[in-house]
Amino acid sequence: MSKVLILAEHNGNAINQSTAKVLAAAKQLNPEAIDVMLFTGNTGLATQIAGHEGVNQVFCVACEDNHDQLAASIAPTLADKGKEYTHVWGPSTTFGKDVMPRVAALLGVNQVSDVMEIIDAHTFKRPIYAGNAIITVNTDTAQIVATVRTASFSADKTTGGSASVEESTLNTAANHTSFVKLSSGDSDRPDLQTADKVISGGRGVGSEENFAIVYQLADKIGAATGASRAAVDAGYVPNDMQVGQTGKIIAPDLYMCFGISGAIQHLTGIKDAGTIVAINKDGDAPIFEVADVGLVGDLFKIIPEMMEKL
Amino acid sequence: MKILVAIKRVVDYNVRVQVKPDGSGVATDGVKMSINPFDEIAIEEALRIKEQGKADEVVVVTIGTNDSQQQLRTAMAMGADRAILVESDVAVQPLQAAQVLLKVIEQESPGLVITGKQAIDDDNNQTPQMLATLWNRPQATFASKIEFVDGGLQVTREVDAGLETIQVELPAVVSTDLRLNEPRFVKLPDIMKAKRKPLDVKAIGELAPDLQGKAIEVTQHEAPQPRQKGIMVETVDELIEILKDKGLVS
Repeated sequence: MSKVLILAEHNGNAINQSTAKVLAAAKQLNPEAIDVMLFTGNTGLATQIAGHEGVNQVFCVACEDNHDQLAASIAPTLADKGKEYTHVWGPSTTFGKDVMPRVAALLGVNQVSDVMEIIDAHTFKRPIYAGNAIITVNTDTAQIVATVRTASFSADKTTGGSASVEESTLNTAANHTSFVKLSSGDSDRPDLQTADKVISGGRGVGSEENFAIVYQLADKIGAATGASRAAVDAGYVPNDMQVGQTGKIIAPDLYMCFGISGAIQHLTGIKDAGTIVAINKDGDAPIFEVADVGLVGDLFKIIPEMMEKL
Repeated sequence: MKILVAIKRVVDYNVRVQVKPDGSGVATDGVKMSINPFDEIAIEEALRIKEQGKADEVVVVTIGTNDSQQQLRTAMAMGADRAILVESDVAVQPLQAAQVLLKVIEQESPGLVITGKQAIDDDNNQTPQMLATLWNRPQATFASKIEFVDGGLQVTREVDAGLETIQVELPAVVSTDLRLNEPRFVKLPDIMKAKRKPLDVKAIGELAPDLQGKAIEVTQHEAPQPRQKGIMVETVDELIEILKDKGLVS
């Protein structure tokens, strides 16, 4: 039988939804136990995880000086605890991608990156070539270290769990690495990775100033905002808005994009969306091949009309 | 200081790969091959550091078949000083690649290792982190800016929440993200010059005879499930009606 150890992710104030998604994936292994390891400067967060049904124990490791965000500091503690488990899993977010390969290396195994489907406890599906091919992989190492492609799993929303919390203090902080700062785009809009609705703009929006109408429409319908790589590269919007292979991979109920042609790297980031709506002035744009609803036209006329009619 | 840049030969990013009908792999026969785009950014960054006078040699290394010499020559045409091919007829997985690169590090003693955050074929995003771990040195992944500060590196990283800055001591492993730089174009005279630069070929079995850890077995390749072809509408009114029908807007 499987025993799973999950690496929790948080932003200092709340547990990231990626943790509930990894938990949902872990439950599909039908394991005998699921434990969670949380590295944090805010140990109060442990109760947010302990309330999920099916979590046995939360190992809450108190960290100072933001070492909870540093892979080199936390990986040795996670790997050491991981020796008692068959599966050590984390989210396929930038946090998980930074930490988990270090854990795999310490445990002497290759990692299964971006698990999108669980066949059985040793067999998984994952995308390669930016999602242009899906491979089935099999591994029977003593520990299976994996990152979970969060867009492929619905977050575990169970409550009423009563996991015990075991507190400790980090004793593997790396002295060669230190945290300096985090710059986030401050926004009152919903979080891009967890929002039900996302409105997105591309190079066709044309400038940083022009993005204002994209934001206005998003606010009108309560959507998060995203962008294509081209829009980020052009400096119209910050990098944390990028959707796609090297940005965020998302699965909202509604994804509506304006002025995005639909490069394969962008499509990889949205293919699990419920309904994709594309508005582009070029009727031959590849985005229309994947869109559920397409409208050829000028976004600068269409967005104001939508604002008026919604 | 010497900079070691690890690169990989991959199917060119403009090629839309197809899964073979029998599910045994993707079709790569006759397909254009290139340096992994993230690794090209790594080469460019190393060259810029050298041009600023902060490094005196850029050595590029790859693990792969003899054909990978083409990509090493391209890297030297960009400006790398010399190249190492660790020749292997079979593809190596990240943990094994990291062990081979560690052997190269032991021979070369670089002050900094730069490599792409992931290869665009397997999309594993593991090797730089594993190399840093086995080398017992710091890592700075997904770098969008590198500065020399206080004898170490201050690296700005592209993370989901925005831009994170960390300080690492040297030597370290840096993995590159897309916005770190725009790689230079190779000029014809440089291609000629690159032919005379040293390219050292080592057999993987001689350099790293005792690789540890099992490979993950790939049992099947399949094409992704296509999305159902959607519909085109002519007016905003039609669009809004569909969205209302689906309960997506009110």
